[in-house]
Amino acid sequence: MGATTTTDGPVLTVDGKPLKASLAKALRREKLRSFILIAPLLVFILLSFVAPIADMLMRSIDNSIVPDTLPKTVVALKEWDPKSGEAPGEPVYAALADDLKVAVKAKEHTRLGSRLNYDMPGASSLFRQTGREVRKLEDNGDYKGQFLAMDKEWGDVQFWSMLKVLSSEYTPNYFLAALDMKRDASGIHMAPPQERIYLFLFARTVFLSLAITFSCLLLGYPIAWLLANLPARSSNLLMILVLLPFWTSLLVRTSAWKILLQQQGVINDLLVWAHIISDDNRLVMINNQAGTIIAMTHILLPFMILPLYSVMKTISPSYVRAAKSLGANDWTAFWRVYFPQTVPGIGAGSILVFILAIGYYITPELVGGTSGVFISNRIAYHISSSLNWGLAAALGTLLLLVVMVLFVLYDKIVGIDNVKLG
Amino acid sequence: MSGLPPYASVPQRIWYYTFRVICGLIFFYLIFPILVILPLSFNAENFFTFTPAMLHLDPAGYSLKHYVDFFTNPDWQQSLKNSVLIAPMATILATAFGTLAAIGLSQSHVPFRGAIMAVLISPMIVPLIISAAGMYFFYSRIGLQGTYWGVVLAHAALGTPFVIITVTATLVGFDRSLVRASLSMGADPITTFFKVQMPLIIPGVVSGALFAFITSFDEVVVVIFLGSAAQKTLPWQMFTGLREQISPTILAVASIMVVISIALLTVLEMLRRRSERLRGLSPG
Repeated sequence: MGATTTTDGPVLTVDGKPLKASLAKALRREKLRSFILIAPLLVFILLSFVAPIADMLMRSIDNSIVPDTLPKTVVALKEWDPKSGEAPGEPVYAALADDLKVAVKAKEHTRLGSRLNYDMPGASSLFRQTGREVRKLEDNGDYKGQFLAMDKEWGDVQFWSMLKVLSSEYTPNYFLAALDMKRDASGIHMAPPQERIYLFLFARTVFLSLAITFSCLLLGYPIAWLLANLPARSSNLLMILVLLPFWTSLLVRTSAWKILLQQQGVINDLLVWAHIISDDNRLVMINNQAGTIIAMTHILLPFMILPLYSVMKTISPSYVRAAKSLGANDWTAFWRVYFPQTVPGIGAGSILVFILAIGYYITPELVGGTSGVFISNRIAYHISSSLNWGLAAALGTLLLLVVMVLFVLYDKIVGIDNVKLG
Repeated sequence: MSGLPPYASVPQRIWYYTFRVICGLIFFYLIFPILVILPLSFNAENFFTFTPAMLHLDPAGYSLKHYVDFFTNPDWQQSLKNSVLIAPMATILATAFGTLAAIGLSQSHVPFRGAIMAVLISPMIVPLIISAAGMYFFYSRIGLQGTYWGVVLAHAALGTPFVIITVTATLVGFDRSLVRASLSMGADPITTFFKVQMPLIIPGVVSGALFAFITSFDEVVVVIFLGSAAQKTLPWQMFTGLREQISPTILAVASIMVVISIALLTVLEMLRRRSERLRGLSPG
């Protein structure tokens, strides 16, 4: 691509095209080539990973089951004003009878019942029972009377106003529930104190993650310093002691801690043997917060040491030497000169450990007992046991939000390109 | 810095040795839980602690029965087989896609580079329970839930960030003029890729592949939600074993996995040294 200059006019390449255009074309070709290389993975990740997450986010506000199962009732309810203090009129009951007949035939009324049960306890059994008797309903112009004869609940203004609230396609209710709030006809307010669990669980997850991050920093800092300052031969050897846990299966390490920390486990046996504690006073170190903190600090410690190490490795020892030659004592030289230079490493390691800790599931599940579980464990419970998927999705969305904010922060401080693995 | 100077004062000496002891204790904390599994796995009893017979080095206190159970119990064998079937497939997918994308991303003038990178790295950052929940709902809808391919695709997605990170790291030191030289000598891009670029970035690709493999081989949250009993993997079996009733066979399995990670670490260390030697970063 040799460029020839003419006396005036744009710079041209040998084949007579302007250099600018030729360059732009080459650039475009290069962009296209890199895009072709990236595209397969991008499409793959978008389909197999991003789409499922987006789908889950939608589920946290999705409420289509109510309008889908009771389409006519939802329309009829629009006319009714809950403030009137009276149950809706005949048209709503007629629509309900029509809808229920269809739903019972499709066996969808129990699904609707369990959905409504999240917001109105008792709705599940009401729908189940009504479903059995709905065939007996007659078109005699008095559906309201027949419904009330089946169950007095059908005349409850509270029930109908709740149903009206829930009749839109989307609902904020799962998010409200995830934040220990409730919405009914009178508006949004906090749930009764004995029903508030999620804010507390979020707070505990954050608190335990902070505790774990802090203990990782406390234990990781000296190790990283030692590794960065020893001669290469011995530091390489000691590095293996950090990398081996890093490469060892998470479940192996969790089971190791379970075995060590048990009441009949190795540590308690050792303490009894050494007469530090008596046999009937064995320490309870597992199935509580202590167990979670001990095991997770062990699991996440390498993620703190490695970034710290790579920062400390670049700090020239001459700064500390200069400080000392100017009369600083060891502590001042460390605290005023060395430590500030390691702050980027502390930031990188701490955010990484905190991000990983806050979403942990396996270790708290196995060694956390009831007092050491995280929000993840509650999400898993709602997916596999209580089947309240909307609430699980809302809790997941909130957790994801926290992680995303931290991720952006991490990107700002460290840059995702600079993540190092071992 | 590291050595103690001959003129050190007494407090400095005391601190120097205290610091070494503290570091020693932290290293002990890091390594002890992993190594303590090994002797315990030879326990002749179904206990999770050292029996008096073991402490007295009595041969009767040791046995291979937990290993025998692992190799004969159909539950464990089935899960081992599943792990061995799923992890390599996920590794191949992750490595192939990830390497190509990393090469693409390493070129100059990639539009939206930061955003693309963030999306591609996200499977590593998003909490596993959220990935598992999302995939469970979504894969159920398209009929992939409870299938071999569903688990493979999910694990491949989780493994790609590691491939991207390690390959990108090797490409930082890659001299692009080598590619230009090869192209100018008349080699086509594919020959250039396999003959010039690939041999130089292979350490990064291999360590990325190892990461992807271990991610899948060790993954339990996603497979529990996404798989059915037919895809029960080794970590899954360990997880249920630990949650429901602790079976001593877990000790044998864990020991085998520790040995595997030691082997893996050795391979990686060799790769790292080779790569540094090739780039002239360290002598020998």
